[in-house]
Amino acid sequence: MSIYLNQDSKIIVQGITGGMGAKHTALMLDSGAQIVGGVNARKAGTTVTHKDASGADVTLPVFGTVKEAMAETGADVSVVFVPPAFTKDAAIEAIDAGIGLLVVITEGVPVQDTAEVWSYLQGKETRMIGPNCPGIITPGESLAGITPHTITGKGPIGLVSKSGTLTYQMMYELKDFGFSTAIGIGGDPIVGTTHIDALEAFENDPETKAIVMIGEIGGDAEERAAEYIKAHVTKPVVGYVAGFTAPEGKTMGHAGAIVSGSAGTAAAKKEALEAVGVKVGKTPSETADLMREILQGL
Amino acid sequence: MDLFEYQARDIFEKHGVPVLGGVVATTVEEAREGAEKLGGGTVVVKAQVKTGGRGKAGGVKLAHSPAEAAEKAGEILGMDIKGHTVHRVMIAQGAKIAEEFYFSVLLDRSNRNYLAMCSVEGGMEIEQLAVERPEALARIAVDPAVGIDEAKAAEIVDAAGFADDIKGKVAEVIQGLWTVFKAEDATLVEVNPLVRTEDGEIVALDGKVTLDENAGFRHADHAELEDSAAADPLEAKAKENDLNYVKLDGEVGIIGNGAGLVMSTLDVVAYAGEKHGGVKPANFLDIGGGANAQVMANGLDVILNDAQVKSVFVNVFGGITACDEVANGIVGALDILGDEASKPLVVRLDGNNVELGRQILNERNHPLVTLADTMDGGADLAAAKAAAA
Repeated sequence: MSIYLNQDSKIIVQGITGGMGAKHTALMLDSGAQIVGGVNARKAGTTVTHKDASGADVTLPVFGTVKEAMAETGADVSVVFVPPAFTKDAAIEAIDAGIGLLVVITEGVPVQDTAEVWSYLQGKETRMIGPNCPGIITPGESLAGITPHTITGKGPIGLVSKSGTLTYQMMYELKDFGFSTAIGIGGDPIVGTTHIDALEAFENDPETKAIVMIGEIGGDAEERAAEYIKAHVTKPVVGYVAGFTAPEGKTMGHAGAIVSGSAGTAAAKKEALEAVGVKVGKTPSETADLMREILQGL
Repeated sequence: MDLFEYQARDIFEKHGVPVLGGVVATTVEEAREGAEKLGGGTVVVKAQVKTGGRGKAGGVKLAHSPAEAAEKAGEILGMDIKGHTVHRVMIAQGAKIAEEFYFSVLLDRSNRNYLAMCSVEGGMEIEQLAVERPEALARIAVDPAVGIDEAKAAEIVDAAGFADDIKGKVAEVIQGLWTVFKAEDATLVEVNPLVRTEDGEIVALDGKVTLDENAGFRHADHAELEDSAAADPLEAKAKENDLNYVKLDGEVGIIGNGAGLVMSTLDVVAYAGEKHGGVKPANFLDIGGGANAQVMANGLDVILNDAQVKSVFVNVFGGITACDEVANGIVGALDILGDEASKPLVVRLDGNNVELGRQILNERNHPLVTLADTMDGGADLAAAKAAAA
């Protein structure tokens, strides 16, 4: 078990012929994920060839549309690597085709585009992760995104984070335990899957025994997650929040990571989480230690 | 990117939102000319700073003639308002105000849509109004796919409680402000006050606009709205090289990959600094994924040019970025910089190709470079070196 993604997931790549798309198609195949094809309207009918986990050549068809790719391959997941100017259209195309899981890796998408995609998504069957995210990995089963699959394997921890490299760091710190699923929800002001969505899914996943939640400055997603944990999560949760030293009014790399006025500070987020019984580490290593203690006590 | 009031005014005008005449001036002489251009009558001289409370600070003054406008501009230019130096003033036409209102539309992160806020009680700090008299501030959700159409504008003015005789006019201006929000890829458009003049016109008297920098690719004209004069010179240099850099006020230069990990690195260094004489991180610098030697060199160049920096901590987790490339980047950068590189570097590498990365640094054996095994250990060592320098 896992959340959102497993060994049966059939993945297509929108933007499979671009630089990022090609590089990460190869890495996803190497992880053992079932990549079944790609989409690029201008290169429909061609193929791309990469190696799978065993080193054998895999030739993947390139389709003109997501709809066609799904019909031909049975794909239920799409990973989007197209440039920001085309991301909205790519996402809407995938939603219209009825894709189950849409993972938008692209960084730098205008927030109004994301807001429109989110509005469009309402009432439809697609779950969107991202944009501006590392995607999702279910170690040993599948990878839809850019998280390195070599850090660690399967285990009892569920991880949800806004940040990519901080996800990798935390997986590395806890590599002796492993992860059920690690999901990077992205650092933009509006994202398709929130901390709360992931917490709910991890709570319902029998394989996940404990949850690490990584947040960062900006917005109130962590505070809302804290309320959700109090009401709905019975599994142990350990938290980490990045950006204690961030000054007000300066955007720290992620479009969403900005402290405005009294809102969005790391201290406020830590306090909100601790108020509902979540242990919060001061650093990634301390957070990993807190999780280690919990797992050893289970 | 936050705009100055005069820039917001110009953008409002471009999209047909009623505004009063306004001219920006950076000198006393330009202020006089501006006041003359506006007819030579009463004008308001307004400091252009990206912070609130300028009225209280004495940054807004009435002038009854071009000569007086010049005099007031002379008083305001160069003034310090909450740490912002006034480099420009706007000479704005005087208005006969009958009533003041409030309107804004902004991105609502929590609800993943937009929020329109409107009140017939404008002029005061809206945060204060929201706390003291929340019932006086109408808050209406806006669907991003629909926007503020005629029906939504009518809903907003009804909820805010405008008098029947001006509802229509206000709704029209609100639709104009929506056009600004949408067409310019804004995340905030705020008018405070929105006024009714004595002759019954609805006018946007002061505006705040925040533009989405991610949307820059479809707004070539937005680049020139940037206030290059206000940017820190190191930040400007970093921007030229497409580096994600924020200057802070400490001694330990930081380079890392990925916004979250770099933010975390700042924290870990600050904690370590508590044990080493209170040294602090000097900057935020995210070299992003797939950084090569040149990117690393550009980054190091910016940081080593920060006179405040005493040591540098390079903290990279190679996910997609390969540690050998980062190591080559560091070695290459040190070679490019030569004698200019004079500050100790602590490097922590983990992840993709880490052995190769460490091997490259060990073989080069540069006297300024020390390898650290962990993020915590590296932060501690870098803080210690900064404190000892």
